Amino acid sequence: MHYQRIALYIFKKIGKLITLLVAVSILSFTLISLSPIDPVRSYIGADMTRVGPEQRENIAEYWGLNESKVQKFLNWGSHLLQGDLGTSLLYRSPVTAIIAERFLASLALMGLAWVFSGLFGFLIGSIAGMKEGTWIDRIIKGYCYTLASTPAFWLGLLLVMIFSVSLGWFPIGLGTPAGVLAGDVSLLERLRHLFLPTLTLSIVGVANVALHTRQKLIEVLNSDYIRYANAKGEHGFKLFLRHGIKNIALPAISLHFASFGELFGGAVLTEQVFSYPGLGQAVVQAGLGGDIPLLLGIVLFMTIFVFIGNLIADILYKVIDPRIRKGDF
Amino acid sequence: MKGITKKFNLRQRTIAKIILAILFLIAIIVSGLLIGNDKLSIQLDLKNSAPSLAHLFGTDWLGRDMLARTLKGLTISLGVGLLAAILSSLIALAFSLLASWNKTMDAMITWLIDMFLSVPHLVLLILISFAVGGGFTGVVIGLSLTHWPSLTRLLRGEVLQIKSAEYVGISRRLGKSRWWIARHHLIPHLLPQLFVGMVLLFPHAILHEAAITFLGFGLSTEQPAIGIILSESMRYLSTGMWWLAFFPGLSLLIMVGIFDILGKNIRKLIDPFHGQKG
Repeated sequence: MHYQRIALYIFKKIGKLITLLVAVSILSFTLISLSPIDPVRSYIGADMTRVGPEQRENIAEYWGLNESKVQKFLNWGSHLLQGDLGTSLLYRSPVTAIIAERFLASLALMGLAWVFSGLFGFLIGSIAGMKEGTWIDRIIKGYCYTLASTPAFWLGLLLVMIFSVSLGWFPIGLGTPAGVLAGDVSLLERLRHLFLPTLTLSIVGVANVALHTRQKLIEVLNSDYIRYANAKGEHGFKLFLRHGIKNIALPAISLHFASFGELFGGAVLTEQVFSYPGLGQAVVQAGLGGDIPLLLGIVLFMTIFVFIGNLIADILYKVIDPRIRKGDF
Repeated sequence: MKGITKKFNLRQRTIAKIILAILFLIAIIVSGLLIGNDKLSIQLDLKNSAPSLAHLFGTDWLGRDMLARTLKGLTISLGVGLLAAILSSLIALAFSLLASWNKTMDAMITWLIDMFLSVPHLVLLILISFAVGGGFTGVVIGLSLTHWPSLTRLLRGEVLQIKSAEYVGISRRLGKSRWWIARHHLIPHLLPQLFVGMVLLFPHAILHEAAITFLGFGLSTEQPAIGIILSESMRYLSTGMWWLAFFPGLSLLIMVGIFDILGKNIRKLIDPFHGQKG
């Protein structure tokens, strides 16, 4: 019975993912085919005057640009089903390879920032919740509200100005030092390059978790069992450890898993500021350069990425919290 | 501070905050509109000067006054944000009313919301600006098409609640059409929520506008939008010209913050049950 339910759940989720991917690919393909940008022109770039009409026609023929839109979509879709996302126009190599390589770089950045912002956000959220109404709560709340209206890229620029330009502690950008082969770069050097982007992304991600944790903790602290624990003589940190943390940890973790989309949004901006060679930078270049296969590939990939985050959040709730599990698995 | 808190009640303080925020925003708009092109003229003898009394925000590499450019940029951002927020809320209103039509429609709208929420905002924005070809229209269309889902979800919940109310059932049995019910029962109830939602969409819309412009998909480089100013400043960062990025970004932050305060206080006023929490 139990396994049957789990199987049904998995089946439902896979079905949802498939419909989602089909819908997103149709939507993004339609959007892109509306674009006024001429792919041949963006491919050739500044040498446009040196390319004759026949050559242009040849390129269009080679790429199948003269076929109907539906035909193009079917072509792309059937290749997609075979795991072939096409060849990137900008990088001249398979889209899957580029996404894999870029995503690894982004994953280092996003993963670190995700962990740090989660821990730090949970910490200051808990402090604010425990000390509700005091000056420290006000400072943390004010800090979070300010962060919520701070542009991520501006924060990155500020950090570059302070730590790289004025103090010279960290490199200004890039994933590795210039002029050194990627294989020769030491781990320490890589971490040095990773530090500022991670810091930027972590600071931006804190606000959401902190405010949510604070709100939840205040709700918990107003409950009857906390009053009872208070009456028994449990106060402060001990009370938080025994009754608070269990009740607020799960919502915070789930919320954090469900924020993959925003995380990637922040990563796009951060990578742009620091010229960090990740997936975010690739999507910007693909968009600006009219690299349609890469753009479509990244959109689909990010959809899966965000879906996985939401799925984990959903599962966590069901596995850990029995109250929800009983409802509908 | 304590004295002020005691003298006025919460309602008076909330209204005072709203008025102050609106005055501040009007000041930004008026000064942005008053600044003519002569203020933005190129004065090469004044280039790259640090902030001083004559040029509070300093000047850029062409000697243009950064304060004037920033104010102009804020006005543009505000216009884009306003337009996008209004369009987004209209989409949200239309969809939430459609969702009240029947079960199938409701399921479709919910599915649409889920789909739009499952692609990262910024990626969708890049995709839409790519489709429309960038520029002012591209940004406005992109922002309006990406910001409606959360508000629609909120309004849809509200609609479902109102729909089950008795007076709506009576109206239906009296033979009133769906449109009549929507106009007389649903929309008046939704308006306050819609208005608050719209004001709270502003900060998001403006921040996303700046972000997308910064990345190079948004407004064209001739318009001194904040995103353009900041992306240009990136090239001069290593020379130590910190004021090029610092003040415009800070001004944007303050404006976004004011909109946030405005939205939260208006909600406090017209939706006290939810507004006074947190």
